[in-house]
Amino acid sequence: MSTAIQPGAAVVASQETAAAPPNPVIELQGLSVRFGSREILKNLVCSLRGRAIGLLGPNGAGKSTLINTLLGFYKPSAGSARVLGHDIRTGTRKILRLVGYMPENDAIISKMSAVSFVQMMAELSGLPPGAALERAHEALFCVGLAEARYRELGTYSQGMKQLAKLAQAIAHGPRLLILDEPTNGLDPSARQRMIRMIRDIRDSKQLQIVLCSHLLRDVEDTCEEVLILNQGRIAHYSNLEEERKANKRFLELELYNANGDFTAAVEKLGCECATTANRVKMILADGVEIRDIYRIAAERDVRIRRLNFRRDTLEDIFLKAMGS
Amino acid sequence: MAVYRRSYTSYSGPLTPAWSRFLVLFRYSRRKLFRSKLHTVLFVLCFFYPLACLLIIYLAHNLSFIQNFGTVGGGFVAIDNRFFLYFIDVQGALAFVLTAFTGPGLISPDLANGALPLYFCRPFSRAEYVLGKASVLVILLSQITWIPGLILFGIQSSLAGPRWTWDHLWIAGSLVLSSLLWIAILSLLAMALSAWVKWRIVAGALLLAVLFFGAGFAQAINAVLRTQSGHFLNLFYLISTVWTSLLRVPSERSLTSADASVALLVYCGICLALLWRKVRAYEVVR
Repeated sequence: MSTAIQPGAAVVASQETAAAPPNPVIELQGLSVRFGSREILKNLVCSLRGRAIGLLGPNGAGKSTLINTLLGFYKPSAGSARVLGHDIRTGTRKILRLVGYMPENDAIISKMSAVSFVQMMAELSGLPPGAALERAHEALFCVGLAEARYRELGTYSQGMKQLAKLAQAIAHGPRLLILDEPTNGLDPSARQRMIRMIRDIRDSKQLQIVLCSHLLRDVEDTCEEVLILNQGRIAHYSNLEEERKANKRFLELELYNANGDFTAAVEKLGCECATTANRVKMILADGVEIRDIYRIAAERDVRIRRLNFRRDTLEDIFLKAMGS
Repeated sequence: MAVYRRSYTSYSGPLTPAWSRFLVLFRYSRRKLFRSKLHTVLFVLCFFYPLACLLIIYLAHNLSFIQNFGTVGGGFVAIDNRFFLYFIDVQGALAFVLTAFTGPGLISPDLANGALPLYFCRPFSRAEYVLGKASVLVILLSQITWIPGLILFGIQSSLAGPRWTWDHLWIAGSLVLSSLLWIAILSLLAMALSAWVKWRIVAGALLLAVLFFGAGFAQAINAVLRTQSGHFLNLFYLISTVWTSLLRVPSERSLTSADASVALLVYCGICLALLWRKVRAYEVVR
């Protein structure tokens, strides 16, 4: 289900699926963040419950700032937020105990072997040395770095560094995994591997994922819910899972001799339409059949050159959100 | 858990106490330090003077042995506060050399690699990070300053008897206090410089520059302005004033021990403020 959002308006995931947890993963309660005179996040109100949540937005939209605020790196200037039920103002340490974070930049220690690096990070999360070593090996196996785990991180390729960062984020067994641009700098095959890995982790159903990216394909391939940010505000919320499940009929028509009458007449039947040049995307209302569309077109001398069944891609949703 | 499992599994085992997490950084940093042969050699060299002092104490209590070589035994070195001042002077200088070699490599690699977010996205605070990194230097420098100092004091006490021990007990306290103050200054200065200058070599050079150019600049100020205030820029002079006072060795110094102590504490405060500003997950650009 797709929802256009007015700035500051509340967004709540419409329905919980049976597998979804009872409590929201992230609740934004009028969250604002200001650096000096610049307001980066503006009164965000939202409640997200999906197993995999995508944070989308153009560069500078505030995605990373939102993540960094949830992790306690930045202090909110107004409002607050809750992560897994803990307030970010008072319960940062509790939140950090439950979270695994894969940062966007090259955050590694180049002179360490991957296994030492992941073990140290797991120990810093509170695991005893023995368990941390075991988990480090397991995490590196899980992300596919088993063969290279004794090599120094400085010798790794960009793709391997990304995987090592993912390994350190999951080594301590978090309940929420936050991934900031996980496919940055990866070639297509490495990107595919990373996306597959994220999907595997998501499908293990042992943790929830927040994926922050400006790459729509990444989010579309992995996430159930999408929150689109633009200029520090929530531009759009979309529950992709609900959309996939919804029994709506999406059509895309390519028309010749198109005019406003046609879409107006279709909308009168209760259909939703979006027009761009000679193309019309529509969602058929209950009881409306395709022959009705042909009839309306014939009555108005509009020729239908092509008719495809489709629904909005994330790109359409994103572009619409940016337009609004 | 088995490593052959390729899928993600959660962790439900025991956790270490939160207060002990800074020791993880200590263990890993120390292991990394001692991988360097040069560092290990330097560290071993730092024990030569304490061994020489040990020999002197032994000889001072075994005059008959020296007299066998025709030396006048009564004029041998007296084991008193001046002896321990020389000890702390030499070991303090060695501590400085060791810090210049090891200190800058503690924080600068983390900053240069952008690894700080990885530390702070865990239940691990900035204070714990600084404590963990500082503990490497504090323990390392303690091993070459006050710990051998106390061992020497203990050996002297056992040889000289309880009366000497009782009369000179304050020396032990002064040794510990003098060393800890110098260790605090060196550790904080090294870490602050390595946090502000991301390149390890440059940070090391800057540490030397702060101490040696500071001393030179202080002399220049004193000479040009005909004042003694320049000494406040000379860390060696300040710490030496405090050591002399704590070990009750008479000297004619232009600064009082209290002034020097306050100046050193101000330096510590400035270093802490610099560290606090720089050691954070991400820098906020306002």
